[in-house]
Amino acid sequence: MSSDRLNVGTYNFQSRLMVGTGKYRDLDETRLAIEASGAEIVTVALRRTNIGQNPNEPSLLDVISPERYCILPNTAFCYTADEAVRTCRLARELLDGHDLVKLEVLGDDKTLYPNVTETLAAAETLIKDGFQVMVYTSDDPLIAKRLEEMGCVAVMPLGAPIGSGLGIRNPHNIALILENAKVPIIVDAGVGTPSDATVAMELGCDGVLMNSAIAHADQPVLMAEAMKLAVEAGRAGYLAGRMPAATYGRASSPRSGLID
Amino acid sequence: MIRLTVNGEPVRVQQANNVAELLSTLNLHEKRVAVEINSEIIPRSEHPTTRVREGDRVEIVRAIGGG
Repeated sequence: MSSDRLNVGTYNFQSRLMVGTGKYRDLDETRLAIEASGAEIVTVALRRTNIGQNPNEPSLLDVISPERYCILPNTAFCYTADEAVRTCRLARELLDGHDLVKLEVLGDDKTLYPNVTETLAAAETLIKDGFQVMVYTSDDPLIAKRLEEMGCVAVMPLGAPIGSGLGIRNPHNIALILENAKVPIIVDAGVGTPSDATVAMELGCDGVLMNSAIAHADQPVLMAEAMKLAVEAGRAGYLAGRMPAATYGRASSPRSGLID
Repeated sequence: MIRLTVNGEPVRVQQANNVAELLSTLNLHEKRVAVEINSEIIPRSEHPTTRVREGDRVEIVRAIGGG
């Protein structure tokens, strides 16, 4: 398994679990949970600094250092392509030219579903501008294919709405996306339990990205470890290839040689 | 004294000849931030040489927790 690595654009990873940094109680819990998850790709959001804040207050990137982790800035709460592109350019400046971004353009406050047309427009601009784009999208196989053909380095369909914890609601669509994919397919959003993450990996997904499932667990650090194991188990299970399913029972012990 | 809009808020600063001095005045000079002035990104290497002018709209962003 140690040779089974994940290639995303020009980057290369051992871990197939990607985690967010939102919703933790404090930065200490963030750090411990992310360490326990074994994740190498860690998402962050970009926001205005608080003017007049205590200059000694620790900041997220002091705890989750770009030297240790591959920081993946997101465009959360951008509703237009322009906003998303502007955010990505600021992120690249913030991270000294780091070109990997998570593009998400939202369409609706209630479902947090992606606005696919704005996502396509933003992806096109960002790719032309030299970004390596990991793109959050719906579980529509045709859109996933189009984003791949445009040059996105990973396509990240939702399993269920962001933060819902409802699991992989349409495994059939995820399987259709996987069937034609030439770039990594990463389930982003919807995972609630370790078994959800395992289901995604058993389907053949290349990775899983999650935040709330860990941060909103009663014990986030323990859940982070559970998710690490779940993703590893699902990946190994996928590579091993499952047994054929049968309608009726098939004994594992031989009939012959029974005592009278 | 010059008047700026920083992150949407009106801000008056005594003296800030350039972006580096502005960040210093705002206690952000040791922080990992990115700066936009009037919607143009100012690369970190140009902070000491980019003038701040009366009426500029300045955005200063940082990384925070997100998914």
